[in-house]
Amino acid sequence: MTVGINEYLYLSAALFVIGFFGVLLRKNTLVIYMCLELMLVASTVALVAFSHFNRTMDGNVFVFFILTVAAAEVAVGLAIIVALFRRRQTIQVEELNALKN
Amino acid sequence: MSSDILFYLFAVLTTGSALAVVLNKNTVASALSLLISLVGVAALFVLLDAFLLAALMVFVYAGAVVALFLFIVMLLDTYGGDRKPFKKATIVASAFALALLVLGLMTFTRRGSLETSVSAATTEVVPVGASLRAYGEQLFTTYLLPVQIVGFLLLIAMLGVIVLSKKFEGLEDVK
Repeated sequence: MTVGINEYLYLSAALFVIGFFGVLLRKNTLVIYMCLELMLVASTVALVAFSHFNRTMDGNVFVFFILTVAAAEVAVGLAIIVALFRRRQTIQVEELNALKN
Repeated sequence: MSSDILFYLFAVLTTGSALAVVLNKNTVASALSLLISLVGVAALFVLLDAFLLAALMVFVYAGAVVALFLFIVMLLDTYGGDRKPFKKATIVASAFALALLVLGLMTFTRRGSLETSVSAATTEVVPVGASLRAYGEQLFTTYLLPVQIVGFLLLIAMLGVIVLSKKFEGLEDVK
């Protein structure tokens, strides 16, 4: 077996970096939110890989909880975005500058 | 080995569609790329013997979350449109962040490979995450309190979403 834990961790790091730069560079709140989800998924890949290569169950159970929390988080976050759009008529982050200065 | 080929296939699929999420101008295309990326991650979970998590990934993420995203995109009808070029501070911050991340990965690779407690090549492979029984035993003994807390969290989230989506009459506009 040549694919070990390192390859999975590299993949996880790469996914995390892609999500991170999405959050940093995109202007649409929905896309920023998708990139946040991507970062969360990247961390779950690392957890499942650790769990598999160490023959323990804890990482898998932890990913189970992460999935549950992510579902709740997406529901609340999207509701906030809808409420924001209803009030401000935009979800572009450069126009949401009420707290600036 | 065939599982190695599958790993690289799904790794390329996952990272490629993750890049497409970031780079696409169209929000719907971003959401669909996210769907492909999540399915790729589910396939990687299958390669890691976590079958239940793979199924949950497809149901919860690919089914519910991406559908919710598409629904909100349809509801809000935002434009992709014109955007200002990046400010200098943004460029400096992203370069700094990239440098930090590359530095972290470099130190990680310089340290050599991670030691696992059981060497994968020698021992018999016991797929630890494969059985539902293992999940049940863990969830109802060690992690019983977190299960209840997570259930309560889901209830709170549901109530919160209802409150956030409701229009209140008496509340004056605070623009």
